[in-house]
Amino acid sequence: MNDKLIIAGKSYSSRLLVGTGKYKDFAETRAALDASGAEIVTVAIRRTNLGQNANEPNLLDAVPMSKFTYLPNTAGCYTADDAVRTLRLARELLDGHSLVKLEVLGDPQSLYPNVVETLAAAKTLVAEGFQVMVYTSDDPIIAKQLEDIGCVAIMPLASLIGSGMGILNPWNLQLIMERANMPVIVDAGVGTASDAAIAMELGCDGVLMNTAIAGAKDPVLMASAMKKATEAGREAFLAGRMPKKLYSASPSSPTAGIIGSVRS
Amino acid sequence: MITVSINGAIRQFPDPLSVAALIGEMGLSGKRIALERNGEIVPRSAFAAQQLADGDRLEVVVAVGGG
Repeated sequence: MNDKLIIAGKSYSSRLLVGTGKYKDFAETRAALDASGAEIVTVAIRRTNLGQNANEPNLLDAVPMSKFTYLPNTAGCYTADDAVRTLRLARELLDGHSLVKLEVLGDPQSLYPNVVETLAAAKTLVAEGFQVMVYTSDDPIIAKQLEDIGCVAIMPLASLIGSGMGILNPWNLQLIMERANMPVIVDAGVGTASDAAIAMELGCDGVLMNTAIAGAKDPVLMASAMKKATEAGREAFLAGRMPKKLYSASPSSPTAGIIGSVRS
Repeated sequence: MITVSINGAIRQFPDPLSVAALIGEMGLSGKRIALERNGEIVPRSAFAAQQLADGDRLEVVVAVGGG
């Protein structure tokens, strides 16, 4: 099926985007990424450890940029300024790579996005030539404003980061999708495969997750499940589901020719 | 003697040095890193030319796993 996810003019076969955090080692990270089929993977930008073994394994060896599209994030940033600085560093680090994930958080307990700072950071980043995929709340008005600023994908939460609570407000996601002229990718809150399938059945263009895979007992198996769920949900969306009704007077088997019935 | 802050830690050097020399000192030569000096990106191509000054605040970052 020729059904591509197009972000900032580039097309991707996989609609599942995954994070690279919380795995027990890089081998597990890579095995999970391979099982997920993801092409776009998020990475964090952090201070290098001073005075540590310079030959310790690093992410770039396990997850080569030649095989995966890196999506550097601003996880842990609480101000527009910190987020912008982090992504400028990311662009330098990754040889001018401009596709980024912007997230500006509001508080360390809930990790709920701070949309005021997010809007400010998005404006600066777009002006500086970044292609901004933006994590935000499921507020359709904010989503539209982020689109108007020039972001390339809107990534509303399904529920809070790391919560695994699934899709709490499908109606808001629908409002966002109805108005959006760019990909809508559910980011955060997916807990298990059915959550990913539901997001895709709703018509989302993709799903992004980290903890749902890395936090599973068997992350590699869950990555495979998420791949299938994302594909299944997408196909179900494209196929167009039957309408729901409380009951149906239309059984699936023929009503004629039932034995014992009286012929008239 | 110059005093600079690197990733929030204070370090002192007897003589002024370039960014490239500092990277070497830290064992990071040839590693994929990015460096910010007093809030501004220093491109890798400028590492050799830029001299550190007393009071500089440096951030040296790498890519790590994250969601």
